Amino acid sequence: MSVSIVLLVVMAALYACGVYLLLERSMTRVLFGFLLVGNATNLLILIVAGRPGAAPIYDETSTEAMSDPLPQALILTAIVITFAVSAFLLALIYRSWLLSRADTLSDDADDLAMRAGTASTAGEQTEYSDDVAEDASEFGDDEPETPPAADAEVTR
Amino acid sequence: MLTIFLAFVVAAVVLPALSRWIGRGVFPLAALVAAAGFVHALALAPEVAGGRIFAESTVWIGQLDLSLSFVMDPLGLLLALVVTGVGALVLLYCTRYFPGDDARIGAFAGTFMAFAGAMYGLVLADDVFLLFVFWEATSVFSYLLIGHSHHKRASRSGALQALLVTTLGGLVMLVGFVLLVVEAGTTSLRELIAQAPSGPVVTAAILLVLVGALSKSAIFPFHFWLPGAMAAPTPVSAYLHAAAMVKAGIYLVLRLSPGFAATPGWSEVLVSLGLVTLLLGGIQALRQTDLKQVLAHGTVSQLGMLIAIAGFGTAEAALAGVVLLLAHALFKSALFLIVGIVDHRMGTRDLREITGLGRRSPVLAVAAILAVASMAGLPPLFGFVAKEAVFAAVLAVAEGGDAGAWLVLVALVAGAVLTLAYGIRFVWGAFGDKRPDRLVVRETAAVRTIRTPSTSERGYLGVPVVVLVVATVVLGPFAALLDPLATASIAGYADAAEAPHVEFWHGLGLPLVASGISIALGLLLVVLLRRREERDPRAPLGERAYRAIVGATDRVAAWVTAQLQRGSLPFYLGVIYLVVALALAAALVNVETWTQNWELAQGPVQFAAGLVMVIGAIAAARAQKRFAGAILVGVTGTGMAAIFATQGAPDLALTQLLVEVVTLVAFVLVLRRLPARLGEHNGSTKRLPRALLGITVGLAMAAVAIVATGARVDEPISLAWPELAYEQGHGRNVVNVALVDIRAWDTLGELSVVIAAATGVASLIFVSSRRDDLPRVGRRAARASMRQRRAQQDTPLHVPVARGSWLLAGRTLSPENRSILLEVVVRLIFHALIVVSVYLLLVGHNAPGGGFAGGLVVGLALTARYLAGGRRELGAAAPFDAGVILGVGLLTAAATAVLPLFFGVDALTSTWVTLSLGVFGEIDLVTSMFFDIGVYLVVVGLALDVLRSLGAEVDRQSEDAEAGAASRSASGEVQG
Repeated sequence: MSVSIVLLVVMAALYACGVYLLLERSMTRVLFGFLLVGNATNLLILIVAGRPGAAPIYDETSTEAMSDPLPQALILTAIVITFAVSAFLLALIYRSWLLSRADTLSDDADDLAMRAGTASTAGEQTEYSDDVAEDASEFGDDEPETPPAADAEVTR
Repeated sequence: MLTIFLAFVVAAVVLPALSRWIGRGVFPLAALVAAAGFVHALALAPEVAGGRIFAESTVWIGQLDLSLSFVMDPLGLLLALVVTGVGALVLLYCTRYFPGDDARIGAFAGTFMAFAGAMYGLVLADDVFLLFVFWEATSVFSYLLIGHSHHKRASRSGALQALLVTTLGGLVMLVGFVLLVVEAGTTSLRELIAQAPSGPVVTAAILLVLVGALSKSAIFPFHFWLPGAMAAPTPVSAYLHAAAMVKAGIYLVLRLSPGFAATPGWSEVLVSLGLVTLLLGGIQALRQTDLKQVLAHGTVSQLGMLIAIAGFGTAEAALAGVVLLLAHALFKSALFLIVGIVDHRMGTRDLREITGLGRRSPVLAVAAILAVASMAGLPPLFGFVAKEAVFAAVLAVAEGGDAGAWLVLVALVAGAVLTLAYGIRFVWGAFGDKRPDRLVVRETAAVRTIRTPSTSERGYLGVPVVVLVVATVVLGPFAALLDPLATASIAGYADAAEAPHVEFWHGLGLPLVASGISIALGLLLVVLLRRREERDPRAPLGERAYRAIVGATDRVAAWVTAQLQRGSLPFYLGVIYLVVALALAAALVNVETWTQNWELAQGPVQFAAGLVMVIGAIAAARAQKRFAGAILVGVTGTGMAAIFATQGAPDLALTQLLVEVVTLVAFVLVLRRLPARLGEHNGSTKRLPRALLGITVGLAMAAVAIVATGARVDEPISLAWPELAYEQGHGRNVVNVALVDIRAWDTLGELSVVIAAATGVASLIFVSSRRDDLPRVGRRAARASMRQRRAQQDTPLHVPVARGSWLLAGRTLSPENRSILLEVVVRLIFHALIVVSVYLLLVGHNAPGGGFAGGLVVGLALTARYLAGGRRELGAAAPFDAGVILGVGLLTAAATAVLPLFFGVDALTSTWVTLSLGVFGEIDLVTSMFFDIGVYLVVVGLALDVLRSLGAEVDRQSEDAEAGAASRSASGEVQG
């Protein structure tokens, strides 16, 4: 199988620009990047398919002179799915704009809170209290403990 | 044995359901099951003692060669008696221990029975892996039982601690078992012991197995989990932590000892750790203020003694171990049950708060004193027999000139001293009258009053205690009753014949002297400690280490999570791409066959299109405006179409071109609502690293393409496709036949993805309901209104202000938004486009085209109608729900897939009929055509969903928003 240097260069350029855009914070640019990477991947399949030939229509050419139909079927599927997914991404962008007037990928607030809270929560050791003996009776008059905060959070 | 085991399993499943009707009545039923096991074992006892061994086996998991193989030999039988007997009594006790309104007693009873069943299986299992399964099952069920009061923190942490420690030991043990089995070539415990292999591997294996035994029996350094597990309901402690689970480790040591006691390290490890545990537990027990904790640390101490004597190695020591195990099960579970009654009546277990109970409950006090006396080894109780036997066994070795054995004896006597001391402390703490200055009244509790038990409570709580205490009293003088079974259980030892018999009175001798010394010193210790201040006890050493390890694990986990989970999508993607590039680079180092065939280009179009694409991509990466970016990305796509068209891929070129147009329209629909400039909020940052990463990935992928092409040395399977497509698929267009016939499963999957995406689009925009509320302009009504308007225009009086309409809903747009040219063009091309789409669908099997292209053409036609006439025009052009079209499309495709099954052939098998069309000749109608119709409908549905969501619904929402803003500003003016 022979490799077309031109196609190779185009593919590498599409991948490079696509990845560059995917790492953006603007959702619109991420979508551009997604489309570029999609095209690049289709090119990859095309390159690997080998030397092109005539359209794979039976009777019109011999099997040897045909382009490989299998990668074509793969690419056709990929094209349609890329369209469906980009429509979905567009809807996401619109929704994000509607809700927050920004098509920006902001950092996850919970993760940021966890990073900020790491130092304080890890030291607490809430599950391992020292006073195992305290309130050990099963029939004491004392009120039962309230469920811990973690449980309450789950039910909320 | 199998029947009894199954009865436990059935009870575990049935009792929780039953408890809904009979509440606490499930416990006597459960006790009956356990009692049946006890009676069964007792009935077999004479024969087993006589040397007969009962074995039952049934295949459980055939593929793993795992059978439920049970063997009832003397040792197994003795332990089965303990497991079932004490189990029955504790279950009876539970009947009145838990309050009647406790909703969770059903679950508790079920778990308890599951545990008892696992324990029963553990002591009788002959297969080591079966034993391991039961071993871990007891850990899991004990976790559930300890954590019964799950609203208490101590309960949860104690349960988790017990689970972690015992499971860790169990897993280590599993490694040991695997090594042993591989070495010996059998999984049968009996055969393993009979073979008794040796060597370095076996030594390692045995030491690993011992880790499991030590952790299960709470031996130093694993001793801390047992006091922590005291958060369990007291019946659980009485059963698991006195009679059953903690004995599993002792059982395993006793079981393996005849074959492996000579293994290097065996007795050294077991005896030294056992004695350390004996002393440590005893000292800790003296410091406790919670009665149950006194018993817990005392149990740890006794388990240490048990392990030490069971691992001592001689037949006489093993015999003493068996007797001590039985004695301990009886007196310690009785004591735990007594603590439960004290708790029941006082509402506390803190010995600093209890006074005067002994005078109110003399029977209970006497029972406690007898049980403690047995524990301390006072004559004439069962505990005395056991302790004498232990001393005698060690003395027998010591008198043989072994200096280490003397040391062991000293430690054992010291342990006995401590045992007597904390035993007396227990009795005094629970039943003694205390001076007011030694009492502590906690602020949270009112003055303690002693509750009077009801008659049924006296019965259910009292009877099990009495039975256990009577047993411990009777088995003292009548210890010889046990002799046949106990002696039979050590028959595997080489020196079994030298072991003495179990009997009450060994005569005057050194063991009795040792007993006397220990009792005297014990009393002295009690007197010495009398004036000591009571303090809250500290957590044991091992527990502090455990907490440090668990805490450190938590902190490391939190740190790692914080480092990796930054919540930033660009960061994640960057990491992923970096890994991709590095992994590919690493793999490329080893590539040997790079392709040798290079061409500059495969045709002139590649040059032109490639140049345009590269420029387009770079410009898109630098675009500052949204529309510019969208168009530039579209340029690369169009370049793809050009390459496809000249590469012998007309289907791809057609589809790509259509997709580019529809995508561009979708972009326009959304981007018109967004500001024109990109990155107003977040400008591009870190451009250089991103560009470098992008270039790296691009180069890596180029290398992949080269290597992958070079690796294609075999004949492609697609060489057979054209023939297949024509002969069997009855189509000439190989790509289309591949999609709808040869690889139709893939296409079916793709359709699902498309439908998911379309539904996602619709739900993101419509949010609450998938149905749009586009006005359905009826054709007839629209035509009628058009005719009416023409009629109006004809009348000379009428001034023609409004233009006529070329489209059905044309007049719904305001005049400044209308383009007559567009309306005329759309009017002219719409039907033509629909005809073209049907044509593409029908010829697709034989020529470029097919369902995908046809569906996209319909999407274009609808887009044209929408752009020219607005959302009402879209409603008129496609007066059906997009969801219905998607559903019908998928159903059509799926039906094509399923129907062949009814004719006895594989799914998706196609067939054809030749239709004669008279003058038009003949055509082959292939069933895969229906599959293609399904594809067509799904693509139409997707296009319609995009239009009505991103187009029509977005229009409606912005109209609403404008109307809302207008009314707000109007009302604001009124108020101002």
